[in-house]
Amino acid sequence: MYRYDEFDQEFVNERVAQFKDQVRRRLSGDLTEEQFKPLRLMNGLYLQLHAYMLRVAIPYGTLNSKQMRKLAHVARTYDRGYGHFTTRQNIQFNWPTLSDTPKILEELAEVQMHAIQTSGNCIRNVTSDQFAGAADDEFADPRVYAEILRQWSSLHPEFLFLPRKFKIAITGAPQDRAAVQVHDIGLQLTQNEQGEVGFVVFVGGGLGRTPMVGRKVRDFVPEKDLLSYCEAILRVYNRYGRRDNKYKARIKILMHETGLDDLKQEIETEFEAVKHTFLDLPREEVDRINAYFAPPEFAALPAVSDVFEAEKATNPAFANFAKRNLNGHRAPGYTSVTISLKPIGGAPGDATDEQMEVVADLAERFGSDEIRVSHEQNLVLPHVKLDDLPTVFKILQANGLGTANAGLVTDMIACPGMDYCALANARSIPIAQEISERFEDIKRQQDIGDLKIKISGCINACGHHHVGHIGILGVDRKGEELYQITLGGSADENTSIGKIIGRGFPADEIADAVEKVVEAYLQHRESAEEPFIETYRRLGDAPFKEALYGTA
Amino acid sequence: MKIITANRLLDGEVVWLGPQDTWVEAVGEARVFEDTEELKAVLGSEVVSEERQEVVGVYEIDVEPKDGSIVPTKLREAIRALGPTTHPAFGKQARAGGRAA
Repeated sequence: MYRYDEFDQEFVNERVAQFKDQVRRRLSGDLTEEQFKPLRLMNGLYLQLHAYMLRVAIPYGTLNSKQMRKLAHVARTYDRGYGHFTTRQNIQFNWPTLSDTPKILEELAEVQMHAIQTSGNCIRNVTSDQFAGAADDEFADPRVYAEILRQWSSLHPEFLFLPRKFKIAITGAPQDRAAVQVHDIGLQLTQNEQGEVGFVVFVGGGLGRTPMVGRKVRDFVPEKDLLSYCEAILRVYNRYGRRDNKYKARIKILMHETGLDDLKQEIETEFEAVKHTFLDLPREEVDRINAYFAPPEFAALPAVSDVFEAEKATNPAFANFAKRNLNGHRAPGYTSVTISLKPIGGAPGDATDEQMEVVADLAERFGSDEIRVSHEQNLVLPHVKLDDLPTVFKILQANGLGTANAGLVTDMIACPGMDYCALANARSIPIAQEISERFEDIKRQQDIGDLKIKISGCINACGHHHVGHIGILGVDRKGEELYQITLGGSADENTSIGKIIGRGFPADEIADAVEKVVEAYLQHRESAEEPFIETYRRLGDAPFKEALYGTA
Repeated sequence: MKIITANRLLDGEVVWLGPQDTWVEAVGEARVFEDTEELKAVLGSEVVSEERQEVVGVYEIDVEPKDGSIVPTKLREAIRALGPTTHPAFGKQARAGGRAA
């Protein structure tokens, strides 16, 4: 994985020193809260309901065991013994003090981590496929380009005060696991007829109060033009994006108000002006960055592992895990393991310091020292030998990390909601917990099959409810929590925005409602092979409305 | 019935304005305002000023009497007064003597 060079390290160290001084001046009264707030936000420090919250960047969700151990250390030493992994593949600590934060950032800098650009109206952490560099369906490793974009966007002088935040995602596989079409810029690695590497470019996707699917602005941007093209998009956005209304400030609104053809024209015109300049991406530079992401040396193994097959045949819990939590690997005899952070009844995305240590140990012993965070709030060991999997699973299981539910109904995304967040109107985590308990039976979960439930505690949609097969949005109605259900959302290569099915449900009825929707699916699916989203797309709202309201 | 709340600058701890014009950590110890004019006067005064480097985000909330004490009427403020409903081990609810009550 990428390692800081002297410039990166110096830049991060300087930033820590700068923030340390800003905190000192705030505490002495030299800076007012009004002056200090944007400074702390630029360093990922929010003030939430109960305490400060520090959001630490995990670039494109990739980290090594040393970094994971540092996160565990921060959780243990400065927080309450846990961290929360987020849909931007980052981690949030919910209880740090302002006075400890400079020290935390100093410690993070020791392992090449920071919290820069995890907040504010700038380009945020570039997200990617959690199986990057490992997946058997991958065309090229997207992290190489994610890293190039990270370097380009870090402290980019033109783009630190954009009209609003800006999110980029990139995938290198045809099966989109990075939700690229709901990002401000979504990049899909591809090649042209000449076999040259390039990108399909989507612009103007996003969730929040105005969900939109990104529009394709280019079928092919050559690799060398990646930065020039992104620079052109950002310049157009920076110039025309609205600054008068923060709810209309994202590029999706600019796309909507300007229209695809006109905005494309603006981007192309700007691109003509910036291309063939210093932003050209030389092949040597791509190769240099590529070398950081060279795959580990894989042993020559048979595709079928006797050890793995034998364990599967005799250990039902292992067989369940193997059924759901493994992703096809490019090297025979290897697999990518999803470590679910969605135990039954747990808070989605939370991991204790001990669990982080366990994952770090496993990565070191069995996983080429690599760990990933998925946007679905799980962890991944991307390179594990099938032969080692029985041992890995035993250790995971012993530490509450062996839940065999990846992609199943209990593998939900949920934002922190009103239990932590100052913006939320309703709680999310207790809803996720209740649904999780409701569907605890693993046989039932497996029978239901692929089903993504996503829960947000307010219209800002941090829980991605718009793109949940079943989405749940918590709102405040006259002081009571009320939950709206949307159906038919999806964030893969066939991205769609879910539709509100009807009136909402109070907190104590929402799990029942979800269960009714699931039962209606089971009743109406053509076969066990037809997943929920396909049944919905085939039949539309009607059977689900009928099940919920009896009013088809 | 209203009380005044904020977060402490240093650690973000939820606090309420107490009877001695100091910030207290338990909602039950907060100074209760029955009189709107009095509340307005305090909110506009030096006592709650952020410039004193004690707290940030000062605002008023509604409370109601309950079991000889007071509780916030809105769920959001009830959660602030106790801690995350999903993590009984954290926040004020975890502290000895149920000081948050």
